[in-house]
Amino acid sequence: MKPFEQVSGAVIPFPMDDVNTDQIIPSAYLKDLHANMADGFMAYVRRKPDGTSIASCVFEQAQYLGAPILLVGSNFGCGSSREHAVWAMQAFGVRCVAGYRLAEFFRDNCYKNGVLPIELTASAQSDWMAVAQQAGGQLPFEVNLQAQTVTGPEGFSLAFDVPSAQRMALLKGLDDVGMTLLHLAQIEAFEALQTPGPAGSRQMDV
Amino acid sequence: MNKTLFDKIWAAHWVGERQDGRQLIYIDRHIVHELHAPHAFADLDKSERTVRRKDITVVVQDHTVPTRMGVPLRSAHIDATGVATAKHGVKRLSVEDPRHGISHVISPEQGWAVPGGTLACPDSHSSTVGALGCLAFGCGTTEMVHVLSTQTIALDKPQQMRICLEGKLGFGVTAKDVALHLIRQVGVDFGRGHAVEYAGGVVRDMDLESRMTLCNMTIEWGGRTCLIAPDERTFAWMAQQAHSPKGDQWDQAVGQWRGLHTDADAFFDTQLTIDCSDIGPQITWGTDPGQTINVDESIAPEEQIHVDHLDRFQRALTYMDLQAGQSLLGVPIHRVFIGSCTNARITDLRHAAGVIQGRKVAPGVKALVVPGSNAVKLQAEREGLDQVFLAAGFEWHQSGCSMCAGANGEVGISGERCVATSNRNFENRQGRGVRTHLASPAMAAAAAIAGHIVDVRAWLPVEGRS
Repeated sequence: MKPFEQVSGAVIPFPMDDVNTDQIIPSAYLKDLHANMADGFMAYVRRKPDGTSIASCVFEQAQYLGAPILLVGSNFGCGSSREHAVWAMQAFGVRCVAGYRLAEFFRDNCYKNGVLPIELTASAQSDWMAVAQQAGGQLPFEVNLQAQTVTGPEGFSLAFDVPSAQRMALLKGLDDVGMTLLHLAQIEAFEALQTPGPAGSRQMDV
Repeated sequence: MNKTLFDKIWAAHWVGERQDGRQLIYIDRHIVHELHAPHAFADLDKSERTVRRKDITVVVQDHTVPTRMGVPLRSAHIDATGVATAKHGVKRLSVEDPRHGISHVISPEQGWAVPGGTLACPDSHSSTVGALGCLAFGCGTTEMVHVLSTQTIALDKPQQMRICLEGKLGFGVTAKDVALHLIRQVGVDFGRGHAVEYAGGVVRDMDLESRMTLCNMTIEWGGRTCLIAPDERTFAWMAQQAHSPKGDQWDQAVGQWRGLHTDADAFFDTQLTIDCSDIGPQITWGTDPGQTINVDESIAPEEQIHVDHLDRFQRALTYMDLQAGQSLLGVPIHRVFIGSCTNARITDLRHAAGVIQGRKVAPGVKALVVPGSNAVKLQAEREGLDQVFLAAGFEWHQSGCSMCAGANGEVGISGERCVATSNRNFENRQGRGVRTHLASPAMAAAAAIAGHIVDVRAWLPVEGRS
């Protein structure tokens, strides 16, 4: 996985609360194994049923195309555990998503794909949102994971906190499976003791 | 002796602590489905890794299965999954197999989920099998690759919460109504970061399939996973299952299962007791499962909504084409979907059939029943339920997720109003612009007959009244 140290660029301000995974990537885009995920990202939020663009939507505005930082409201990513939500967001260009409480599955899926999920206090979220809306995608912000800070126009800055384990894994670009396979001996020892499985279970004889 | 049931199962499956502080928990049974399988196996290929325990991994098909009778049971995902599982030598339950069905419905049916065991499945409704006392973890695709490669899941130990559901359920009130009422009470992210244990008199009184419905909805209020301690009802249910051990092995298993309970002095980070005696049949009016009311209640007037929630309240009403303060009784509907891992087991179909017996689906309403598994479908056909549904004008489908996730293309048309027994009423989930009302199977069936939303209590056989 590509290490994540810092990212800088425009911030997309999207303050809606409780945005769910069906909004982030509608199921129509899941049916097709080779769907254009960047196109599917927020598809129904961005476009009318006839496919025409909703110009007032941030995801349709030129200054936010390819913007690497997405600033959201509360409980973003709720709903299913579908990782497609993170893939679609990544395909759109986002490398860091910040909000007041992110949904748990979504947040974990971000870590696993090298996207930095930042959980802010309610006041930090609203401060940043105000500045980002003011900047209107024209002025750059920088998110620095090493320092755990966000800096922006007119001296804007805030500190954030990412759990140390996840921070280390992102900074080093550590592969999740590789980290676990360092414990192969423990896994084998567990299996030697536990076979054939829990009481009442049977073989999976498909 | 101050352990929760969760602590006990966690400890029995604990393998080690990773350098990043995450705990490695062994997975006894891994149920993969075809929406994620092609991506996951491609990822394995790319990293040149293999499946560690082919003997306890099985791939099923549910999300993309076309369920209409007479339609070929194929999709791009099913085909790609077939190729990938053959290459990796992993077991796959074909769509034609009599054991085929929705992963969370067949896991208990096939004995993959057992009390005290652990299970992983790349779907947020995996906690359904918590009803048996089986600790299940839903996961994303990358996490699933981790389980395939290591047979463990790497987690921070969640906080723990106990929800005590007390009282006596009223006439016509089901586990689905309890789940929806609970979400209304606590909100859609109350359970975040928690493993939940459901307890209390209402849970003790519930049959196993009702418990599965309750557990299924845990993610809808943010809970990561859930459990119900196995009791005599659990043992009786397990005893009826073909896969359960017999003789001495059965006695031995029950002996172990009896240890699966929370100790009296165990600690929970959060505890909540909810009195369920006054719950009525529920119907959601909005675009999250917490936006629900008793069917004889009205949507709150605007002045009762906290200013912080007003925007969301209005947005939901606009999408649903409803007014603040309005009753849902009599609101016309266009579609009824009886299916999904929430409410498509045999007792659900019996409840629905009980309501429609001898009646006809209202003109202009398209109604479908999608059994949770082939086993459920066969049992329903043995009992003649399919004929009850067909005679009433319902479509009788093959098993799959169908209109719950819409990932098989079975969706409604913009502007249609659908009463569904599934778990999510999100905007556009059942098709772009489709308005979903979640309810119990009996409520959904009654709406199909009436052509509008009704209070099912007036439709139920009187002998059922308690």
